[in-house]
Amino acid sequence: MSLLELSGITASYGASQALFGVDLTVGEGEVVALMGRNGMGKSTTIKVICRLLKNSEGSVRFAGQDISGLPAHKAARLGLGLVPEGRRCFTNLTVHENLYASARPGEWTFERVHDLFPRLKERERQMAGSLSGGEQQMLAIGRALMTNPRLLILDEATEGLAPVVRQEIWAAIGALKSSSGLSILVVDKTIAELRRIADHVVVLERGANVWEGTIDGLTTDVKDRYLGV
Amino acid sequence: MIRERYINAVILALMVIISIAALWMDEPFTITLATKAVILALAAVGLNLALGQGGLVSFGHAAYFGVGGYAMGILASHAQNYTPLMEVPFLIEGTNQMPVIWLVAVVASALLALVIGALSLRTSGVYFIMVTLAFGQMLYYFAISWPAYGGEDGLSIYVRNEFPGLNTLVPIQFFGLCFAVLCVVLFMVHRLNQSPFGLALMGAHQNEERARTVGINVTRLRLVAFVISGAITGLAGALFADLNRFVSPVMFDWHTSGQIMIFIILGGVARLCGPLAGASLYIILEHYLGGLSEYWQIYLGLILLFVVLFAKGGIVGGLARKEVRHG
Repeated sequence: MSLLELSGITASYGASQALFGVDLTVGEGEVVALMGRNGMGKSTTIKVICRLLKNSEGSVRFAGQDISGLPAHKAARLGLGLVPEGRRCFTNLTVHENLYASARPGEWTFERVHDLFPRLKERERQMAGSLSGGEQQMLAIGRALMTNPRLLILDEATEGLAPVVRQEIWAAIGALKSSSGLSILVVDKTIAELRRIADHVVVLERGANVWEGTIDGLTTDVKDRYLGV
Repeated sequence: MIRERYINAVILALMVIISIAALWMDEPFTITLATKAVILALAAVGLNLALGQGGLVSFGHAAYFGVGGYAMGILASHAQNYTPLMEVPFLIEGTNQMPVIWLVAVVASALLALVIGALSLRTSGVYFIMVTLAFGQMLYYFAISWPAYGGEDGLSIYVRNEFPGLNTLVPIQFFGLCFAVLCVVLFMVHRLNQSPFGLALMGAHQNEERARTVGINVTRLRLVAFVISGAITGLAGALFADLNRFVSPVMFDWHTSGQIMIFIILGGVARLCGPLAGASLYIILEHYLGGLSEYWQIYLGLILLFVVLFAKGGIVGGLARKEVRHG
């Protein structure tokens, strides 16, 4: 059964249309990678899912419910956990406070987040703004997990991070998949890392679906034409 | 760097020491000045919750200050004149009991803040400032044209209201009562700031969209903060009216809103004891510079300019030398 279902989504920023009929499905416990070059509508699609941007046409269904008319906070409370692009923590709060402010009852607790990212335990009393980029990304993931989501959405989770830190983040995402059975929608460009976790890939080009399948099915032609790698 | 909690403890202790020293030196006027500083600080603690933690620059907090003042004035004047407040459909009499007056002041100002907040929070930035200012001024002109309670001349209360077990006419006892109220409110605000509610409020202050994506209903959160903020300022209004035994439309005036904001800026925005430090400095300047020149506010303006340009954390921030965490 699909947890998230987008069909025929169109969306615009003012007069500029960004999405032209995007279809996307994420099943329970499935990891889906949303790929495409810069400016092709990946982050806009995420905004539509999280209700930060209204779609003009099409429907967004989450857990069997049409969420097209819901505000962002209500959609989040249904179980959409977003790790936004650019590691957006509350930099004016401590690590502990970031997690505490977002916490909702469920399986994910402080202990479990600390087990996944031990560095967050070490930096518990430190202001989020003083953390390194990698630590802020861990905190952003931890904060999303503390909302006890049914679907974790990672938008460019490892962009701009040092290779060692990227490995650490990918290892944690891998652990999330294997140990929690959480559904994950990940936006990224690194095929090598996605190969380890993604069950399904959807490629966007100019705001529309152009290819989907398994990651092993990504041919050189598709990579050259749509991913630029 | 001095830890902020030690600075707060020193500021609170100084208020007590000054008042006890004044009692010992038989200087009741100094105690009254300290009481005034404490009450005005309480009003600013209310605004600081909305402005400092929530980022809501309300320029109409005099509305709640005035409502609290008039709640006291109306109830006390009816009690003193032995006339009921209303008889139909049911009888409501006045009272000179402070706990009842405080309750009425808090509820009335909270309800007003709920209405003003529900309308003004639809806007943001300069529009929010203007809408809150407009509401404050509406109440100011309403009070001026309300002859039943003194109109422009205001309303005098001949005897200070009563609090069980205390003689509120004794300056040190009234100071102690006001100081205790301030301490209780400061403790509650401190706990609120550390709760998920307070943390979410500070998070939403920094980035509204980020807060919404973790399931925080930012509008409702800000409205609740605004209501609590208005209720605290309303309580201060009731105490201020009792201190002066007089209420007038000036309590609603935008100058009062500006004054409350000045206390916060002087003491430190989003600092727990910033309002107390700011209000105390203001009272000291008003008393001593006001004795030297009637244009003492020119010096206040220079000090305010200095704080805004060079010491954004105000007195408390400057001493703690620590960046404000809630901005």
